[in-house]
Amino acid sequence: MQANTNKAWLGVLPVVLLVAFSAVIPLMTVVNYSVQDIFDVQTRVFVGFDWYRETLRDPRFVDALLRQILFSSLILVIEIPLGIVLARGLPREGRLLPLLLVLLAVPLLIPWNVVGMIWQIFARPDIGLLGAAVNAAGFDYNFTGVVTDAWVTLIAMDVWHWTSLVTLLTFAGLTAIPGACYQAAMLDDASRWQVFWYVEFPRIRSVLVIAVLLRLMDSLMIYTEPFVLTGGGPGNATTFLSQYLTSMAVGQFDVGPAAAFSVLYFLVILLLCWLFYTSVMGSSKGPDPYDEDGL
Amino acid sequence: MNTTMRARWYVYAYCLYLLVPLYWLVNMSLRTRGDITAGLEVVPLNPTLGNFAEIFTNPVWFTALGNSLSYVVINTIISILVAVPAAYVFSRYRFLGDRQLFFWLLTNRMAPPAVFLLPFFQLYSAIGLFDTPLAVALAHCLFTVPLAVWILEGFISNVPVEIDEMARIDGHSFVFFFFRLFLPMIRGGIGVTVFFCFMFSWVELLLARTLTGSAAKPIAVVMTRTISASGIDWGVLAAAGVLTVLPGLVVVWFVRRHLVKGFAMGRV
Repeated sequence: MQANTNKAWLGVLPVVLLVAFSAVIPLMTVVNYSVQDIFDVQTRVFVGFDWYRETLRDPRFVDALLRQILFSSLILVIEIPLGIVLARGLPREGRLLPLLLVLLAVPLLIPWNVVGMIWQIFARPDIGLLGAAVNAAGFDYNFTGVVTDAWVTLIAMDVWHWTSLVTLLTFAGLTAIPGACYQAAMLDDASRWQVFWYVEFPRIRSVLVIAVLLRLMDSLMIYTEPFVLTGGGPGNATTFLSQYLTSMAVGQFDVGPAAAFSVLYFLVILLLCWLFYTSVMGSSKGPDPYDEDGL
Repeated sequence: MNTTMRARWYVYAYCLYLLVPLYWLVNMSLRTRGDITAGLEVVPLNPTLGNFAEIFTNPVWFTALGNSLSYVVINTIISILVAVPAAYVFSRYRFLGDRQLFFWLLTNRMAPPAVFLLPFFQLYSAIGLFDTPLAVALAHCLFTVPLAVWILEGFISNVPVEIDEMARIDGHSFVFFFFRLFLPMIRGGIGVTVFFCFMFSWVELLLARTLTGSAAKPIAVVMTRTISASGIDWGVLAAAGVLTVLPGLVVVWFVRRHLVKGFAMGRV
């Protein structure tokens, strides 16, 4: 079927060169900085793993990492089930469908700082509809001053911003399921939950893996939206890894520690994505789609 | 059928949740600065287009919009040009290190832009590209190229390999086959890829902001700088927000028919 030839390398050469330029050179620069103490261009000292040790002992790094993991877990727990429910609720055809799909896709195409800005003017207690409404309902709500309010607002914003991606992916997976499968389930008098678990879930599993992976890696990189909405506050309550790193790299010119931080950060993302991928792919959870006795 | 209707109502409820913040953005963009701070108006009592007029009479906004669109377009063109041959090769051939190369490409999608801030700044300064749309376009290739290869590989794998063989038996040259027969066959996939490259390059701000000075400022950055210069004028800010939502709306309207098909056929 597939020809085995090393001439095929010619086809991937442009990609390799481009990625080498835009990813490998910068990444090597970072690794290089992370093992040196740099005073100026001439004076640099090799320090080995000192910066790494310092970063791992830095309570601000550890706190940011824990906050990051909490944030990513929360949004995954909310967005994945919600996305599936919405995808199952969408009509499969009809005039309304394109309109709903366009509406769902809109948040995905708004620049990220504008997303933050939209939620800022929406949630502010003085000029925002949400903030004013919640306060009028008797709750004392202020996302710039109270930690829980800041977190709730951030998560509401992320759900608003990204659940559509899960919905669109899942919906695409659902439309690819042949109608005969549903008819068979109907003949067997399957409940709605059984239809989901035995008919739909095994067939949308791969698309769900992609959805979880995309949301996992993107939520681990989140920067712009919390930067605009809360500025990392109150205090450091919503300062995630990217924001802490940016303040180190741009604000303070701590090249060495920032580089060590960068390498650790990238490794954490790779590790979490790899753990998720192998745990899902290794154990084939859920029933076999071609198991006739499953229903 | 009762449960189906209930699920449909969840969708309507969610759409309302999507629309309310957007409505508030439009609402704010139609009110003056004094009007906004004076108090809450669920429906604007004295709607005005003054905020939009202020933006359209200021040339800074036009240049910024041009900058944004030029790096998005350059990025999309570069991504497609390098990703199509690579995706074809990944789909059709086995070669030394192919799996490893494919996974390595995908790991670049997992790299946080914040990690690349400093080295990108130095790299593009060193080669004299700093503050040009080309620098931002190349930097955005970091995540658009792996994504483009991934999506296109899915589409190309759906085209039966017999097509390639038939073209060879019919005596067509590879170049003729590839450009006249094969590319038209995967144009849906290319459309979806263009959509995703456009989308991820248009919404990114951190790299775009770091790699541009005064000459190539993208529109989203002009927005944030306008605020800090003259205090916060919420009305103008909201109007600018409305204007940055529009290009996305236009793009998604054109691909609405292919959106789900594209999602389903490709990998994303």
